Amino acid sequence: MILEVQQLTRRFGGLVAVNQVSFSVKEGEIFGLIGPNGAGKTTLFNLVTGLIPPTAGQMVFDGVPLGQQQPHQIAAKGIARTFQNIRLFKDLSAQENILIAQHVHTRSGVFTGVLGLAPAPQEEREIREKAAELLALVGLQDRAQEKAQNLCYGDQRRLEIARALALAPKLLLLDEPAAGMNPNEKQSLSTFIRDLRDRFGLTVLLIEHHVPLVMGLCDRIAVLDFGQLIALGEPAQVKTDPAVIAAYLGTSL
Amino acid sequence: MADFIATYGALLISMLIGAMLGLSLYLPLMAGQLSLASPGFYALGGYVAAIISTRVPQPATGELFPLHWLFLEMAIAALLCAILGVLVGVPALRLKGIYLAIATIAFVEILRILSLNLDITGGAVGIFGIPQPFNSAIEYLWVVLPLLLLSIAFVYRLEKIRVGRAFVALREDELAADAMGINPTYYKVLAFTLGAILAGVAGAVSAHFLNTWNARQGTFDASIIYLTFVLIGGSRTYLGPVLGGMLFTALPEVLRAVGDVPGLPQWLSQFLKEGRLIIFGLLIVLGTIFFPQGLITPGLLNRSNVKRGARP
Repeated sequence: MILEVQQLTRRFGGLVAVNQVSFSVKEGEIFGLIGPNGAGKTTLFNLVTGLIPPTAGQMVFDGVPLGQQQPHQIAAKGIARTFQNIRLFKDLSAQENILIAQHVHTRSGVFTGVLGLAPAPQEEREIREKAAELLALVGLQDRAQEKAQNLCYGDQRRLEIARALALAPKLLLLDEPAAGMNPNEKQSLSTFIRDLRDRFGLTVLLIEHHVPLVMGLCDRIAVLDFGQLIALGEPAQVKTDPAVIAAYLGTSL
Repeated sequence: MADFIATYGALLISMLIGAMLGLSLYLPLMAGQLSLASPGFYALGGYVAAIISTRVPQPATGELFPLHWLFLEMAIAALLCAILGVLVGVPALRLKGIYLAIATIAFVEILRILSLNLDITGGAVGIFGIPQPFNSAIEYLWVVLPLLLLSIAFVYRLEKIRVGRAFVALREDELAADAMGINPTYYKVLAFTLGAILAGVAGAVSAHFLNTWNARQGTFDASIIYLTFVLIGGSRTYLGPVLGGMLFTALPEVLRAVGDVPGLPQWLSQFLKEGRLIIFGLLIVLGTIFFPQGLITPGLLNRSNVKRGARP
């Protein structure tokens, strides 16, 4: 188990956004998180990445409890994410976006950096090579110097994935990676995510609204509704679960 | 030429010191932190130099104040400002945007009130008769110019390395930077402290240069003036505050000269001579409307590179 979520709860005032949710994600798995709007999916992502502290419950990553750690500490442990509403460093180039994300894999400080002493030059070379590699992987090698905000929507989404990969994470969290994509793009994204998993030995946890994509891509799926986990299992199993159908379509009177 | 130097030598030195103060505000701004604390550290650095040079007896080495003592003062000022920078930065940088600006103004005020009331800082009168390491104002160039070039080189390099990239990431999107493994508190305090050190060193030189040091050196007015340096000069590249610092240090002198032109109505000439802060305030307002990134922007620099064919 690479990630275990145990009885996780998060309240915002009177609203219980995530209510005693427990599940575990196996290493190498593509794990889908679905549910209607406002079900608490993004809140769960924010809890796992430390952007907000849980009200109760625990998360264990790779055998280590995450507790009340800061986002940057969690990122350094090997959890990287993308955001539902893309959060690139808009005013910086695609390349710089990826250079920045390799922060935790470099050590040089103010003095070694400014004076160009070891390990700074070596590190600089390495992260530039890695950035070129990752940009090529998402097909942006020709646009490396373009400001992120000038890239088209699909490219921005891909750049954000590349930036998350630059952290060399063990667990990759994708928040609605297919949002706003057309059916063809969705299909290729599906293949792309599977390739990433195989190539980097990743575990992927993804939020997605598009049901066919999730069903085709994920090994297992958890369904949230009003903050509660209502179903968990393989796609075929979840698809026919009465509680899931009720959550999405409502029940007959 | 000799006349020109005699008349404008002091102004030239002030302009170079202004550029350094612009850079000291630019450093925290690089990490997205609007800090107006520079005058506080500038004043502290000046007091360090003033107190050491007037109270600690130096070995007699002729008439001039020994240069290595000046360097020692600069080092002590840098060290004290670094310590104070961390102590103030850690709590203050929990605040964001305008609230941080207000907290740093309060910090400047606290230092000002302290220096106004302590014995060691000479109270309201301040410290005067600070010994001179040079015979004339223009000779300060030997210290100030290398210091400015060093600061420029430092900030220029900083923009291209890991630490500088972490600063810029925080400026662009703190939450995303945090999620990418950048410790926001650490890098904000680092940027703040680097700015504090630069202001402190500038203050130490300035105290000798001005020959006198008092509580009027670190005031809210100075905060606004340094902010003008960066906002109008340009807040996105190191050249902005350097140019802004020089330009706006010279501006009051230029206005004074214009105010002396015969035939001007008296109110106008008086306004030009004494309305410095009103003019700076107006420039901040107009500048932020018409040049939101300042006069010198990274785009401008890149465009001139393209013309020369330096970058595709």
